Amino acid sequence: MTYTEILRFALRGLSANKLRSGLTTLGILIGVGAVILLVAVGNGSSLQIQKNIQRLGANSLTVLKSTSGGGGGGGGGFRALFGGGGQTQQSNGPRTQAHDLTVEDAKALADPSGAPSVKSASPVVNDQSATATYQGSSHAIGQLVGTYPGYFEAANKILNTGTAFTMDDVTNARKVMVIGTTVGTALFGTTDPLGKQVTVAGVPFTVVGVLKTQGGSGFQDPDDVAIAPLSTVQQSLTGFSGLNQIVVQATGSTTVDSAQSEVTAILNQRHGIGGSVTADFQILNQAQLQSTVASSSQTFTVLLGAVAAISLLVGGIGITNIMLVTVTERTREIGIRKAIGAPKGAILGQFIAEATVLSLVGGILGVAAGVAGSQFTIVGVTPVIVPSSIVLALGVSVAIGLFFGSYPANRAAKLRPIEALRHE
Amino acid sequence: MTPAPVLDVRVVTKVYGMGETAVHALRGVSLRVDQGDYVAIMGASGSGKSTLMNILGCLDVPSTGNYLLDGTDVGSLDEGQQSILRNRKIGFIFQSFNLIPRMSALANVELPLAYGGVRGSTRRRRALAALDQVGLADRVDHEPNELSGGQQQRVAVARALVTAPALLLADEPTGNLDSKSTTDVLGVLDRLSLSGRTIALITHEDDVAAHAKRVIRLVDGQIIEDRRQAPVDGPPPRFAWTAEGTR
Repeated sequence: MTYTEILRFALRGLSANKLRSGLTTLGILIGVGAVILLVAVGNGSSLQIQKNIQRLGANSLTVLKSTSGGGGGGGGGFRALFGGGGQTQQSNGPRTQAHDLTVEDAKALADPSGAPSVKSASPVVNDQSATATYQGSSHAIGQLVGTYPGYFEAANKILNTGTAFTMDDVTNARKVMVIGTTVGTALFGTTDPLGKQVTVAGVPFTVVGVLKTQGGSGFQDPDDVAIAPLSTVQQSLTGFSGLNQIVVQATGSTTVDSAQSEVTAILNQRHGIGGSVTADFQILNQAQLQSTVASSSQTFTVLLGAVAAISLLVGGIGITNIMLVTVTERTREIGIRKAIGAPKGAILGQFIAEATVLSLVGGILGVAAGVAGSQFTIVGVTPVIVPSSIVLALGVSVAIGLFFGSYPANRAAKLRPIEALRHE
Repeated sequence: MTPAPVLDVRVVTKVYGMGETAVHALRGVSLRVDQGDYVAIMGASGSGKSTLMNILGCLDVPSTGNYLLDGTDVGSLDEGQQSILRNRKIGFIFQSFNLIPRMSALANVELPLAYGGVRGSTRRRRALAALDQVGLADRVDHEPNELSGGQQQRVAVARALVTAPALLLADEPTGNLDSKSTTDVLGVLDRLSLSGRTIALITHEDDVAAHAKRVIRLVDGQIIEDRRQAPVDGPPPRFAWTAEGTR
């Protein structure tokens, strides 16, 4: 009795009831396909989120004014919740005002002697409510940024056409502007915006550059942006109050952490932070954000995979069920085979082979279905197949065949020939 | 005389159930069948002949007593050895044919050889020879449901003899057949007997038993009659008569 013969018996057994075999296979197909597809969707979305974060700027730190910090008392970490409550230790002392982030802060951060890991520090003011008009068409710009030229690199804003403004433009407060593609399309349609004049709050800006389309599926369109010199925006739009943020670029990906500690040290010193005075700023580290998001999206992927794995398990139980029915139905055949001298192993092998063929065929078709399905965009996510998920799903489906098939096969092999022969 | 009998049944009993509900199917049966003999075991329903048949075919084990098949004590064998014994030493012919559906006649006949580990071309050649012996050389590719009852039973006979077993065991082989097919099948058995096969046949029909060289009658689990109709090494008694019908 060779393995090929056992396999041939198994195939003959399966082909005897094609519809039933097909439906059982379908159960495994759906399970395996779902595992591969859902893991691919999870993986795809996590890659997409990571790409979006990288798009915010490589190796960059964002320093924000902390609205909760700067309190005169409070215990260390409980700055937001208890800072204003009755639990302050220096309740008789006046609350010190939180310092705004200033251009001087940015300049201090950009000083290579104090912060060798910092490549550039760009002060940023935002105007979220600016409306730009051009020859009758108007567009509410999602984000109008006033900043220094270093911002372009730090925030990963790449120019498609035209040029960025220079430090000279900033010093002289020239009314120039670089716009994102969403703004460009909304105002100019198909005409080239370079050199045209856009009016924002009555102030005419000359478009000197257009950014490359970044695209993105996040809540905020990264292309709905306009970038102008800091001084110009402060003069004509936001006024000279504090900065919204300082975008700090580290010299390289390995120096991001040291840049962060240098920035912290400089700002602590400048703002008089220390002792009972809690920090009035916070630093967002893209790398940290990325790892946080990565871990949460991994949880998401695992969750999806688990749901799919349950359907694979259900498919496996389907195999057991069908094999039990098959064994009962073919009890007499098993009896005949035993009477003419089939060893226990041959019967066991035949039924396990049947179950394994079912699950393997289902698994292979499931892989095909999963791979085919992941060619499509699913709810805005382009699935990215994880090769190990294919191997795993296929392996598990074979294991399911062996595992769930062994119980019915054992029952078949253990049948006593005279009872099996009497079975009608 | 032959050195060891093909069948040597020594005071075998078989009891089903226990205590007061126990059924004594066999009450001490002793039987020797020599090489080349053709034995008909007769008895009414409930006489224990099916139980005896199951024990002879190694499908069941006796409660007490010993059973030697071709010199081997069956009781001392484990399950795996028993299946090898069934494969090599016994050829079964059942009342309801018991061919495996959706397999061609050839594949059915090849099956015992496949379980016995005979490879490819040898297997095919032997299976074709066995089918030729029962006169079905032109039906090898037909599946059981495409064959008449008599043809199916002849395929079953081919399957039983393809391994060249020490013993052909036929359990009412003509019970489900019409008279023409009965004649065919009995003719095949007669010719096998003539060629020296040892055959044990279970029946309740006198016409069928008339073909055997020896008739054993079983009542209530005991042998009450053991009658020889023809010598062990001679031709079966009805051979000349049946030869006409099958040739």
